[in-house]
Amino acid sequence: MKKLKQHSIDKEDSVISISGLFKSFDELEVLRGINFQLFKGENVAVLGKSGTGKSVLIKIIIGLLKPDRGEVVVLGQHVAQLESKELNALRIRIGFSFQNSALYDSMNVYQNLAFPLTMNRKNLNKKEVDDAVEEVLEAVGLTDKLKQMPSDLSGGQRKRIGIARTLILKPEIMLYDEPTSGLDPITSAEIIELINEVQQKYNTSSVIITHDLTCAKNSANRIAMLLEGEFLKVGTFDEVFDTNDEQVKAFFDYNFIQ
Amino acid sequence: MFNRMRNKYTFSKGVDEYFSGIHNAYLFTALFFREAFKRPFHLREVINQCFEVGLKSLALISLTGFIVGIVFTKQSRPSLEDFGATSWLPSLIGIAIIKALGPLVTALICAGKVGSSIGAELGSMRVTEQIDAMEVSAINPFKYLVVTRVIATTLTIPVLALYCSFVALYGSYLNVHAEETSSMISFYQSAFKTISFLDITTSVVKTIVYGFTIGIVGCYKGYHATQGTRGVGKAANQAVVLAMFLIFIEEVIIVQIANWIR
Repeated sequence: MKKLKQHSIDKEDSVISISGLFKSFDELEVLRGINFQLFKGENVAVLGKSGTGKSVLIKIIIGLLKPDRGEVVVLGQHVAQLESKELNALRIRIGFSFQNSALYDSMNVYQNLAFPLTMNRKNLNKKEVDDAVEEVLEAVGLTDKLKQMPSDLSGGQRKRIGIARTLILKPEIMLYDEPTSGLDPITSAEIIELINEVQQKYNTSSVIITHDLTCAKNSANRIAMLLEGEFLKVGTFDEVFDTNDEQVKAFFDYNFIQ
Repeated sequence: MFNRMRNKYTFSKGVDEYFSGIHNAYLFTALFFREAFKRPFHLREVINQCFEVGLKSLALISLTGFIVGIVFTKQSRPSLEDFGATSWLPSLIGIAIIKALGPLVTALICAGKVGSSIGAELGSMRVTEQIDAMEVSAINPFKYLVVTRVIATTLTIPVLALYCSFVALYGSYLNVHAEETSSMISFYQSAFKTISFLDITTSVVKTIVYGFTIGIVGCYKGYHATQGTRGVGKAANQAVVLAMFLIFIEEVIIVQIANWIR
């Protein structure tokens, strides 16, 4: 498995900065005062049980959800204060890989990949679009699937195409929502390797939402443990799990039993 | 009282949801008009959707229109024969089909076929996060999915209604021709003799309104689908039921307005 680059993290340059973030749905308080920083070139895994607000956090980062309180600054811009045009300009610089890939099921693989590109860069000719599609397909190792429909792909292939679709706009930040969920251990390892390759090849900074410790350990420079709407611990894998905290230990044990 | 305050409902959950639903539908429609006149226009997608709407319904509309023409002629003939007025048959059929049956039958078929399809398609895209995927790729999903579909139904359904009327008249002509010798030209001339410009205009306006209703209702229900696959089925079903209900109300209102103008 391709290992993470440790040396390229720029601790002076924060690409995502979150402070005092709160989010509720009706009476259910999901995020309760989140503070978080992602540095350039860094991969951070946000770990936590289902329903703790992990996906909500990255949806707020990309502006799909609005926070109730708090500040979210991405690439120097306050997300909640952006007009739709500015928000779209920011979104082009962020890649979002969905838990279920969210491929457009009426389009084949080529159309899925070309769609964001042609909609955002109208001046590209057919050859330039074809080249870009080929490049990202090569990056995810699926050059032979160009004409296939999403329904004909396996779960792992769909994840790869989903990641390729985000890469086509050359993002600076990648947000992965449960990249290994629903996959067998071998395919999971391949996706983890792909996440590391993407970081090295495209020099991205990433937030990886997961409850899979193997994924977190092998793809992230730092781990942020989200429990009951707050980050309980943030640090390297060993720093987070070298603890007597019952909740963290229970999470660790549960994963290994699984 | 305490429960009401705790749940943040002004009246009851049902009443509040009903009124907030109307408010949301109003905002959705207003957003359509705001977005429809702004660039980019996605003309290619509008044309694609026009073909989708037209081709999907063409066979069914042809068959239904033809049968409506035959059945209506068969049913009307005995009554007119009693009064020795069978020569009025083409005029009666013309009025019934062009002023009422053609637009209404087309609208009801499209509400079932196109409205449910739009509701299910957008609903499925919503619950599988495909709409969110567009948004995070800096594509305006409302403009790409909703505006294009509503424009397509608004443009295509009037054409389909016109086509349906002609097919129904042809079915009627075949029935008349089977009973008595009559040329197609004289049948169509008699059928259109009593139709005024206002009648044609009213029919076209009606079908434009029906087309818009089918598109906007299908999109609204699909775009706001929740609860996974169950929500998709619910969205498709509600798109049909609500569109049909609104079509009948619009029929009454437009006919009344046309009568005032007349």
